[in-house]
Amino acid sequence: MTKVIIDGNEHDLPPELTLLQACEAAGAEIPRFCFHERLSIAGNCRMCLIEVKGGPPKPIASCAQNLRDLRPGPNGELPVMFTKSPMVKKAREGVMEFLLINHPLDCPICDQGGECDLQDQAMAYGVDSSRFQENKRAVEDKYLGALVKTSMNRCIQCTRCVRFAAEVAGVPEMGATGRGEDMEITTYLEKALTSELQGNLVDLCPVGALTSKPYAFAARPWELSKTESIDVMDALGSAIRIDARGREVMRILPRVNEDVNEEWISDKTRHVVDGLGTQRLDQPYVRENGRMRPASWAEAFDAISAKVKASTPNRMGAIAGDLCAVEDMFALKELMTRLGTANIDARQDGSAIDPKWGRASYLFNATVAGIDKADALLIIGSNPRHEAPVLNARIRKRWRAGKFPIGVIGNRADLTYPFDYLGAGADSLSKLAGSDSDFTKAFKAAERPMVIVGSSVFTGKDGAALASAAAKAATDFGAIKDGWNGFSVLQSAASRVGALDIGFVPGEGGLSATEMTAYGTLDVLFLLGADEIEVANGAFVVYIGTHGDRGAHRADVILPGAAYPEKSGIYVNTEGRVQMAKRASFPPGDAREDWAIIRALSDHLNKRLPYDSLAQLRRTIFVAYPHLARLDQIEAGQPGDINKLASLGGALGKTPFRSSVENFYFTNPIARASAVMAECASLASGGAALTAAE
Amino acid sequence: MAVRRLAASDVQPSEFAFSAKNVTWAKAQIAKFPEGRQASAVIPLLWRAQEQSGGWVPQKAIEHVADMLGMAYIRVLEVATFYTMFNLEPVGRYHVQLCGTTPCVLRGAEDLKKVCHKRIGGQFHVTPDGKFSWVEVECLGACVNAPMVQINYDFYEDLTADSLEDLLDQFSAGAEPKPGPQIDRQFSAPVGGPTTLTSFNTKGGTKKQAATPKPPLGEGTK
Repeated sequence: MTKVIIDGNEHDLPPELTLLQACEAAGAEIPRFCFHERLSIAGNCRMCLIEVKGGPPKPIASCAQNLRDLRPGPNGELPVMFTKSPMVKKAREGVMEFLLINHPLDCPICDQGGECDLQDQAMAYGVDSSRFQENKRAVEDKYLGALVKTSMNRCIQCTRCVRFAAEVAGVPEMGATGRGEDMEITTYLEKALTSELQGNLVDLCPVGALTSKPYAFAARPWELSKTESIDVMDALGSAIRIDARGREVMRILPRVNEDVNEEWISDKTRHVVDGLGTQRLDQPYVRENGRMRPASWAEAFDAISAKVKASTPNRMGAIAGDLCAVEDMFALKELMTRLGTANIDARQDGSAIDPKWGRASYLFNATVAGIDKADALLIIGSNPRHEAPVLNARIRKRWRAGKFPIGVIGNRADLTYPFDYLGAGADSLSKLAGSDSDFTKAFKAAERPMVIVGSSVFTGKDGAALASAAAKAATDFGAIKDGWNGFSVLQSAASRVGALDIGFVPGEGGLSATEMTAYGTLDVLFLLGADEIEVANGAFVVYIGTHGDRGAHRADVILPGAAYPEKSGIYVNTEGRVQMAKRASFPPGDAREDWAIIRALSDHLNKRLPYDSLAQLRRTIFVAYPHLARLDQIEAGQPGDINKLASLGGALGKTPFRSSVENFYFTNPIARASAVMAECASLASGGAALTAAE
Repeated sequence: MAVRRLAASDVQPSEFAFSAKNVTWAKAQIAKFPEGRQASAVIPLLWRAQEQSGGWVPQKAIEHVADMLGMAYIRVLEVATFYTMFNLEPVGRYHVQLCGTTPCVLRGAEDLKKVCHKRIGGQFHVTPDGKFSWVEVECLGACVNAPMVQINYDFYEDLTADSLEDLLDQFSAGAEPKPGPQIDRQFSAPVGGPTTLTSFNTKGGTKKQAATPKPPLGEGTK
C-alpha cells in the first residue's frame, strides 16, 4: 500500500492503481475520454490531467501513471495530488478547447446528444465561445457495416474503438490511418466489421462519431423509460437495460454485471429489437379448412378443449422453446400433469441431457467469472464465439492475460484466440488422455483446468455416452477437485437450465421431444414458443408464442404470447444463476403473458391451476424449487454428479462435433423476424450489404 | 500534409510478391527480432516493397507484408499512411522531393517549385514518359546547402532554378549527375574553398597565417 494525499486527505492505496483510479477511490471525479477500465491505456486525450507534487512538474495525465511512480518529497513528504486546483481546471479547459476546435456544433442533430461524454464534460470545462477562426477539419464518414453508423467529423481520436476491436473483440480491423490533424479512424479499406460484439463500439465512443445505425434518429435518451432486465438471446443471461418509448422497445443496452457480461453484450442481444415489432402474433388464430382464421380467445380455447377431450392423456404432449421463462414452463408442466400426461420436454434439439444426472451435469460449473481463474481450457463441441460471444470475449481476456493453453475438439473455427486443434469427434476425445501432445501435457499440469462442453455434444444418438465421455475427460484431467469444478456445459438456449431445474423433461413413460414430433405418436401437442423443431403431420398443434415462425406455421391454434421484454420472468443462465427479467413494455394487441394464457386455458379444460397472479405462481415455484427464489445467486451443482456421469460410459459414435449454433444471427424467432439480424447475417456470409454504404 | 489514401484501384497492380532475393533479405530482417515481435520489421519490409514496386507502396504490397509478419492489414496500413516516406501513389523514375521549409524558402526554394511545376506538373503527377514526379517535403536536414532537393536516394544542394533545370535535363538524358552541392563547394564547407585553418598543413607543421583578413559574416556563401 502507498500513502498519498489526495485533495488534502491522506489515503492508503494499492501501488498498482493508476493516479486516476486512486483519485476515484478517494472520491474525486476525473473526466476522461480515452481511458476505459477494460481497455489498455492510451493516454492520448489528456482530459484527465491532475496536479501532482512528487512527480514531474507539469500537469499529469492521471490515467497513464501509477501510484508507485510517485516519489516522496526531500524530507519524506507524501506525494500530493490535486484534482480541483486552479491549475488542473485551467489545464483541462485548455484540453477541452483544443478538442472542441475540430468538433462540430451539431449536438441538436447528433444521436449521442443527451448521453455524450464530450457534451457533459464541456458543461464543466468548456468555454462559451471559440477563439478559433479557421475552418474546422472535415473527415469523410466511413462504412463499418450494418450496425455502426459513423460521423467522423465528431471523432476526437480517443482510439477506444481501435483498442476494443483489437483487445476485447479480437478482430484487429479498426485502426487510425494518417497522422496529426489528418488522422482518421477506419477499418481496412472500409470493410464491414466482422465481430459479434461490434455494437459495443457505440457504447464505448465517448462522442457521437460511432452511433447505432438501426437506432439512428429514433429517440432521445430522456424520452425513454429504462428497465433493467436480462437477455435471453443466449444462455449467458447478460444484464441489459431495455429502453422503451410508450410500449415500443427502442433499444437494448448492456448493464454492468462483473460476474456475467462485464459490460458487453452481443450484437444479437442489442439489435434484435426490431424483431420484437415484426411478424408478431397479436391475436388468437384457429385453423379452419386448412387456413388460419383470426379468432377470439374463447373460440381458440373451445377448439383446443374439443381436441383435448377427444384425446387420451398419453397422446397429448408439450414442448417448451428456447426463450421460455421458468414461470411459463412451470405452469405448462402443471397443466400437463393435471391432464395426466408425462409427455413434456424442453430439449428441442434432442439433447440427452437429463436432470436425473444431477444439476452439475448441465451447468457451467466453473462459472463465467471462473474463466479468469482457470489456467487451461479444453473446448469440446462448441463454438463459444457464436454460442455466447460475450463469454468468448471472457475466454479471450483470460488468454490475453497469458499462460492459458486452449485445446479444441470439434469444429475448427476462428475463435479470436489461438488454440491447439485436437480433432473433430469423439475418437479424438477418447484418445486425448493417452496422447502426449503439448496441450495434453499442459492440461494435465494445470491446477484449475476447465472443460467447456457445447450443448450440441449431448444431441444425437450417442449424446449420453458423449456426455459421460466429456465428464470422464474432466475427471481424468483433474478438473473436479476441492474448490474447483471445471466441467462447464455451455448451454445455447436461455430457457434450458431453468427447464431442467423444474424437470421439464419426460416423466415416467413420457415421450421425448423427438418422439412427440414424430408422425402418429400424439393427438394434441402444445408448443410453448418451440420453433426450432419440425412437427410431423397428424397431431393437432397448439402454439403459444410470439412470432409467426416455424411453430406458428405448423399450428392449428395460435395463442399469442409475450416476448421477453413484455413479461416478468425468471431465467436461469448456463451457470445456474437465477435472474429475473423485468417487463419493459406490453404484449401487442390481444397477446397475453404466457403463464396467464396457460392459466386461462387450464380453466377452460376444467383443470384449473391454483394461482391467479404471477406472485402466487412464483410462490408455488419457490416452494417446489427453493433455489429459484435466490435471485442473482448460483446454487452450485454437486461435483459428485460429474463423477457419476463419467462412470455411465456407453458406445461413442463417429460423427464429428458441431456447434449448436449454425447461424449466429438466426437462432430464435425474434432474431429471425429482425431485418437488422438478416442484414448482419448477409454481411457475415460474405453477401453485400442490403443498404448502400453512406 | 494532406489525408493519405491508397492510390485508385485502376493503378493498383493485381498482385505483389517479394522477389526471391528480397524474400531472403526480408527473412533476415525478421530474424533480427525475437519470436513474437516480427511486427517490428514492418518498416524495413515496407521500404523494400516500395523499392521493388518502383518507388511506391501498392495495396497488395501492404497485404503481402502484413501476411509475412502475421499482422492485421489495418496495422500495416496505419504504418504506411503515417510515414510520408512511403509513397502511396505511383511516382516517376526520378522522384524529386523538394524541401519547402523556411531556410530553403529563404534561399529560393520557391523558384525551384516553379521549375518543378513547369517541367513536371502538379505534385505527385508523373510525367508522360514516366521519368519524373515531385513532391514538396518538410526539412530534409541540409539547411546549410539550401535550397535543395532529394532525387531518389541523393541530395542535390545549393540549387538555383537554372541548375535544377540542368539537373532534370541530365536525368532526362539518362546521365547520372553528381550528387551534393551543385556549386563550387565541398559538402557544406565554405564556397570557394576553406576560409579558416588555412595555415594547417596536412604534412605536419603550421604554415604561416595568411595575411588576408577574415571575410565578413555571410560573404563566404557568395
